[in-house]
Amino acid sequence: MRQLAITVNGEVRTADVEDRTLLVEFLREGLGLTGTHVGCDTTQCGACTVIMDGQAVKSCTVLAVMAEGAEVRTIEGLADGDRLHPLQDAFSRHHALQCGFCTPGMIMASLDVIERHGADLDAQTVRHELEGNLCRCTGYHNIVKAVLDAAGRGSPR
Amino acid sequence: MMYGFSFHRPKSLAEAADVFARADDPTYVSGGHSLLPTMKSRLAAPSDLIALTHLPELQGITRDGDRVIIGAAQTHASVASAALVQDALPALAQLAGSIGDMQVRHRGTIGGSLANNDPAADYPSAVLALGATIVTSTREIHADDYFDGMFATALELGEIITAIAFPIPKSAGYAKMRNPASRYALAASFVAKTEDAVRVAITGAGSDGVFRWSAAEKALGASFDSAALAGLALSADDMLGDMHADASYRAHLAAICTQRAVDNQGRLTLL
Ligand SMILES: Cc1cc2nc3c(=O)[nH]c(=O)nc-3n(C[C@H](O)[C@H](O)[C@H](O)COP(=O)(O)OP(=O)(O)OC[C@H]3O[C@@H](n4cnc5c(N)ncnc54)[C@H](O)[C@@H]3O)c2cc1C
Ligand code: FES
Ligand code: FES
Repeated sequence: MRQLAITVNGEVRTADVEDRTLLVEFLREGLGLTGTHVGCDTTQCGACTVIMDGQAVKSCTVLAVMAEGAEVRTIEGLADGDRLHPLQDAFSRHHALQCGFCTPGMIMASLDVIERHGADLDAQTVRHELEGNLCRCTGYHNIVKAVLDAAGRGSPR
Repeated sequence: MMYGFSFHRPKSLAEAADVFARADDPTYVSGGHSLLPTMKSRLAAPSDLIALTHLPELQGITRDGDRVIIGAAQTHASVASAALVQDALPALAQLAGSIGDMQVRHRGTIGGSLANNDPAADYPSAVLALGATIVTSTREIHADDYFDGMFATALELGEIITAIAFPIPKSAGYAKMRNPASRYALAASFVAKTEDAVRVAITGAGSDGVFRWSAAEKALGASFDSAALAGLALSADDMLGDMHADASYRAHLAAICTQRAVDNQGRLTLL
């Protein structure tokens, strides 16, 4: 066991970890941030996606010790009090979720996509870059609409 | 849960090799996107993990005359988005941008992919077709001497890939047919044309991992046109067959991918 410090949603957080502890376990079990989900544990589904040093990663396939000193953003860091983040708001308005299990990972991955592409974002790019996020409910169309809307592109409100 | 291990973050290449030499059953780790899934399914249980991606010797994408040199720790995403690679070797940049998914591309590295040599991985085809050089902690290995069958390479125990040097061809193209679920290649072909030769490397299909298709190279060397491939076929005996695609289908796909790579030089074509 060692004590590990990672900046999560802007605050330095510490927890005791083993070298084999996964980043997602650090977040969920160490810090109680259970918004980040584990869907597959085999790097396929993207439910565990968080942003680490500015890039979307699957936290089930990153060791917590690899994130030592890094800046991590999770779904819990998006809303401003009761005010939803524009992406959360767009997902809600466009019915981009049904059971909601994939949603935290979808939103964190989408945040990265929007931040990298800005106003150049189009539906094809959204679909390509969300390939690592599986949704068993929605059929993806409304997710793509929500992401484009939040990016300020297309889809009337 | 994975079996326990000790994690190390050495400060230099020399220290990494030193930790490796002294540990019981060590493994290097770069992006961890081949290694950690294997460890999580308990198919590997190293005693020590030695991290490499922060080492200065493994960084950078540079141009050195007629070669592009990519540090082993460069992620797939960083190769895909590097203007230098997009200009000199667009097919390679687009190949990197087609690996796995966005999150995988943010962690996985070119060095890790080449050390792993998965028979369905993308980079091995580019390295072999372009006749690249694998630069390691101790020597330089030409692509023709590097790949040694599925998941096997010429790397010695403890040897670290530091960079890959790609000669810039006149043109190159990459075409692949992906397994729609795993997104790994069912078959893919990288075709590179230089001043005096054509090289064709097939990944995803061969039962011995990546290989050069010499009959196609000869035909394309005489006439660089996909029509020159008419009548050429790969033997199903040398192909992988599994629940996703049988051997004769893979042999057929590899030939189609080669045609498309010839027809679409300068870019990636997804079938
Ligand atoms: C969901 C998913 C989809 C994927 N899809 C694709 C795909 O479509 N195409 C594709 O090509 N790949 C795919 N991959 C694999 C991915 O590209 C891996 O990142 C890559 O194969 C290994 O790189 P890594 O840096 O993660 O290596 P690691 O997993 O860290 O290491 C792999 C092996 O290489 C060794 N090693 C690592 N770096 C070095 C080095 N510098 N010198 C010597 N040895 C080293 C390690 O000891 C280990 O044995 C996929 C992976 C996942 C999880
Ligand atoms: S839980 Fe990490 S990818 Fe599915
Ligand atoms: S909303 Fe149920 S999995 Fe996506």
